[in-house]
Amino acid sequence: MRLPPQPEELLDRSREVVFSFRGEPVRAFAGDTVGSALFASGQRVFSRSFKYHRRRGLLCCSGACPNCMLTVDGSPNVRACIEPVRDGAVVEPQNVVGSLERDLLSVVDKVGRPFTPVGFYYRTMIRPRRLWPLYERFLRNVAGLGRVDKHRGRTTRYDAEHRRVDVLVIGGGRSGLAAARAAAEHGDRVLLVDENARRFDGEPFEIVAPGRALGVYEGGLVPVDAGRLLLRVRAGRIVVATGAVEQPLVFPGNDLVGVMLPDGARRLIRDFALKPGERAVVLAADDRALGVVDDLERAGVEVVARVDLRERDPAEVSAEGRRGRLHAVSIDGARHDCDLLLAAGAPQPAYSLLAQAGARISYDAARGVFVPSELPPGVEAVGRVAGDLGRLHPTRACHGKGGFVCICEDVAVKDLKRAIAEGFDSIELAKRYTTVTMGPCQGRLCHLPSIRVFAREQGTDEAAIGTTTARPPWSPVKLGLLAGRTHEPARLTAIHHRHVEAGADVIWTGAWRRPHSYGDAPAEAGRVHDAVGVIDVSTLGKLLVVGPDAVAFLERLYPNRYGDLRPGRVRYGVLSTDAGRIMDDGTVARLDEERFYVTTTSTGADSVLGWFEWWNAVWQLDLEIVNLTGALAAVNLAGPRARELLTGLTRTDVSAEGLRYLDAQEGWVAGVPCLMLRIGFVGELGYELHFPSPYGEYLWDLLLEWGATPFGLEAQRILRLEKQHIIVGQDTDSESNVLDANMAWIAKLDKDDFVGKWALEHAQERGPRELLVGFEMANGAVPPEGGQVVRAGRPSGRVTSARWSEQVGRAIGLAWVPPDLAEEDAAFEIRVDGRLEQARVRLRPFFDPSGERLKA
Amino acid sequence: VTRRPRGAPSLRELTDYVYFRRNVAGVQREWWQHRFGCELWFLADRDTRTNEVLRVELPQANEAKAQPEPIAPEAPDV
Repeated sequence: MRLPPQPEELLDRSREVVFSFRGEPVRAFAGDTVGSALFASGQRVFSRSFKYHRRRGLLCCSGACPNCMLTVDGSPNVRACIEPVRDGAVVEPQNVVGSLERDLLSVVDKVGRPFTPVGFYYRTMIRPRRLWPLYERFLRNVAGLGRVDKHRGRTTRYDAEHRRVDVLVIGGGRSGLAAARAAAEHGDRVLLVDENARRFDGEPFEIVAPGRALGVYEGGLVPVDAGRLLLRVRAGRIVVATGAVEQPLVFPGNDLVGVMLPDGARRLIRDFALKPGERAVVLAADDRALGVVDDLERAGVEVVARVDLRERDPAEVSAEGRRGRLHAVSIDGARHDCDLLLAAGAPQPAYSLLAQAGARISYDAARGVFVPSELPPGVEAVGRVAGDLGRLHPTRACHGKGGFVCICEDVAVKDLKRAIAEGFDSIELAKRYTTVTMGPCQGRLCHLPSIRVFAREQGTDEAAIGTTTARPPWSPVKLGLLAGRTHEPARLTAIHHRHVEAGADVIWTGAWRRPHSYGDAPAEAGRVHDAVGVIDVSTLGKLLVVGPDAVAFLERLYPNRYGDLRPGRVRYGVLSTDAGRIMDDGTVARLDEERFYVTTTSTGADSVLGWFEWWNAVWQLDLEIVNLTGALAAVNLAGPRARELLTGLTRTDVSAEGLRYLDAQEGWVAGVPCLMLRIGFVGELGYELHFPSPYGEYLWDLLLEWGATPFGLEAQRILRLEKQHIIVGQDTDSESNVLDANMAWIAKLDKDDFVGKWALEHAQERGPRELLVGFEMANGAVPPEGGQVVRAGRPSGRVTSARWSEQVGRAIGLAWVPPDLAEEDAAFEIRVDGRLEQARVRLRPFFDPSGERLKA
Repeated sequence: VTRRPRGAPSLRELTDYVYFRRNVAGVQREWWQHRFGCELWFLADRDTRTNEVLRVELPQANEAKAQPEPIAPEAPDV
């Protein structure tokens, strides 16, 4: 089936490659594409069309059209005509039920086509509404492209690279090569990308082929799809040499297998030594396309008719087929038996990248194509894309009645007519309604023809219709390539490996990985209540604010006071925005007159740092902000036996009098310099130890050795809920302020000013819309987070946290409720698993409400 | 750059400051931060139509005291 060796063929006939198609082996040469190899093996039908399941065969052989899309090694929608063959590749047809020759869904074409005009599904299948899921499943089956195998997992590794060059040339045809050579000779660093796997030998510049420029973005950024590598290219100058795209003619039967674009046939002959047919008819509108006649004759194809549309433009062309395959063409009544029809109108410059870069696109009425002009600085066009197309003559919109305008989406002339009749009279609206230009070719083969049909139907010209907006991506790109590597960077604490060794269940919390539990969270919480537990809290944000103005700075940022905070004392703080919303919370310890140690939530650390830096860029106070988040590890040692344990490890006086509740003390623990903060998020006697990260594992091991039980986030959540301590972001959202979150005591509205003061004043005046309260359940049902609070049958609030507490012996939680419900013992219901369960408001902590154990 | 009101703003003034932004077609003064680097905050005059940055500078102490005034936006192109 192959021609004798061609002078420019891409084949290496000494190397055989075998892949499978529908389970049958297909033999190919190295250098073949899947498409050329299948064609060589006798395959002519490559796909079934999107909507009507019509047989489709090779058309462009350049990766533009949808006709040869197959599933290769599980990847759907691979253009076989440009996909290099690989040994062992598994190739399957797609969008068929049965086989390509006998596709059961082709009944849609025979029976349904007269009844399925454009917009049919939108209008017909909306009622009855409840049947939509059924309709949808049917449509998804009938219409469509390939299928993604969701269970396959990720097998390909994609990477991205940044590249800077002086000149980027897009397109390696004659003009592109000439431009690249000239620039290289001039001493410029040049990168040339070409979308085909063409061979370039001995060029003095870098070449990426196949490489597809996806778009031109702001600042001249051009992403290039190089298979498994995404090149993000920034160039001093961008030379666009994307050439022109041959445009199909619109006539009845223009989608039959055997109707090709001239360049497609030329590629089969020159690149792959394949004979595209036996008897050919050629209809073309420019010298280059007509030149295919020479190629055909050299390949031994009999050319039975050759029509130069510039000399003679027939009014009627129609193609007849049998089982979807071309067997005759009539041109103004003259009938020619043939199995190959090469038909193309005036070629359209492939201007999309130029349009994206900001060039003007205008219609050249004399030649009947759209051409770019007014290129932005740094962007140039050379060759055919610039309009260098030789002698041209405008192409007729349709040659005869009917035919497909858009082969990707099966949009025929009558569909466009109907859309116009229904009032979609702008090309942008008609595009969205009919989906013309929105298929896999992205308008390469249907943009100009659809505009021509539109102009003819509306009795105007193409210039008046105008173009639709060119948007990236210009070439289809795999989402995997855009997503990049699967690598998801995780922040790990200095103690992380100890948690893993202990078999902890590790979860994501923001950018961090943290132990959820070590197997039994309730038991871990229990140990904190009756002995001593330890939790790794290294993820807390840790900022040192130092300077003569540090006090003034914190006074302005926090709603509560810091001027009267004595050195060696700690105070809880909640940051508000000027909208009065809760932003973050944490503790502030005054180490001495000018040094404050601020902790933030784990997830808020970065934004609080930015917030602090920003306000001080405004205020320009005399202070420094040092981010110690990564430098310091931290653990919270909590439980009635915490003091006893710590006493054995330090000479610092940590007695009830020596280190009182809310005291801060710098000292040494087991030889490690530590900041000891006596605070109690989990409600028992507790010490937060902050110390240099390198000692993380050492101190952790020691605390465990001395009797502390590690506890994870889940235990911490139970414990803090027993105290009704909130978690910002869990129990509060972007609407919550400190007054409503039951922390009115923290807002010192008599201060001169602080961030959020005015909003809180207004909020106070207005009164609360809802309040955050604790609740306990009458029975053991644990409501879901986000569960509905119901009063008198009406939804009136939501649960933010809920847990079973062994200590309390009940299910407890926090919820936002209407203000009049925020009273001790007020009753309401919560929806749990579809049932309404009784709950009562509890305004005081469930555990140790007077804080005796905490302050012991 | 928005101006933080002084004194006790009315609800309307406060809402203007917190929520409302002019959608300027032209040059406006903006806060920028070198987020994944030195974390420095600086001011930039940027043309929103072309994304051209005309000037960058560090906030000045005196400017800070007075709270940065927004640059009078150019009349929008209609």
